[in-house]
Amino acid sequence: MTDAPVKLEASIWRGDASGGGYRIYEVPARDNQTVLDVVSWIQRNAAPDLAYRFSCRVGMCGSCAMTVNGTPRWTCRTHVRKVLKSNRLTVAPLRNLPVIKDLAADMDPFFEKWIAAGGRHAPGRTRRDPIEAVSPNGPTRMRADAGIECINCSICYAACDTVAANPDYLGPAALLRAWTVVNDEKHAARREVLDRVAAADGCFNCHSMGSCAAHCPNALDPMRAIAGLKRVVAENALKGGG
Amino acid sequence: MLDLRLYLTQRISALIMIPLVFAHLGLMIYAVQDGLSAEEILGRTKGSIAWMLFYGLFAAAASLHAAIGLRVIAHETFGLRGPGLWALTWGAFGLFFWMGARAVVAVTMI
Repeated sequence: MTDAPVKLEASIWRGDASGGGYRIYEVPARDNQTVLDVVSWIQRNAAPDLAYRFSCRVGMCGSCAMTVNGTPRWTCRTHVRKVLKSNRLTVAPLRNLPVIKDLAADMDPFFEKWIAAGGRHAPGRTRRDPIEAVSPNGPTRMRADAGIECINCSICYAACDTVAANPDYLGPAALLRAWTVVNDEKHAARREVLDRVAAADGCFNCHSMGSCAAHCPNALDPMRAIAGLKRVVAENALKGGG
Repeated sequence: MLDLRLYLTQRISALIMIPLVFAHLGLMIYAVQDGLSAEEILGRTKGSIAWMLFYGLFAAAASLHAAIGLRVIAHETFGLRGPGLWALTWGAFGLFFWMGARAVVAVTMI
């Protein structure tokens, strides 16, 4: 054990859609401790009615995303010692989403936009057709692969200032998914996806500020994907393809 | 809020303005260094269709570009939307173009 304080102060947002505020909890400090460990300790020992969401605890599911010291993060992959300031920690629900209760944000608007951008896979062949050969080294497949690891944790959506200013904007995750399927040779509705992202609340609203890429825990780059969508849609329009 | 048509209009108007801005700056430096008076400058621009087209295009491109930029700010900062947002966009374009066209007419029409 080091000389670190025995306890740390966790300031946790408590409330619901109608409003709320921060409540301070004293939590035992450990040498190795994630922010999710802190929240779980509070729920088990100090505030049984604390609402929060988690599942895998190893950075695969993305469901434990919260705002830690003002920054959207996966709490399961955030070590307390890396974010602790003056022995204090602030945890709030994700920005840009309605709050259900305490630290649990309502993900419905996020997934509705994912669908609205055309993210759902549209297969072009049936199980009776031969499998389409796709070279993993082809340029389009490589562009699709660049965004395929997105797990829809909504960190980028919470980090995006354009979403904060324009709640109708589809947001970085939905547009990254759109760019992925536009480059997926097995996706049958690529043209439809381009039409969807070219609409009034689509890719052209991105200001390329880059918060999405800066905060993505999977090191993906939605900003680059959105730039790709802008380029392809604009080129198609200038070529007369609408 | 910003669809393909508005995005392309803003980007193309910016492309048009790039050479016009440099030509305008170069022209000002040339005119000042050469010691041309206002009368001498007007003597060259009055009745010139070329200068009218040059600055007319400049005024049109700048009006379009600025109106769409204001539209984005009004929507994202003040939450303006729907018919009000369109009214602001067209109103800003109309005002800017009217002011620009007035200036162009003043220096090129005889």
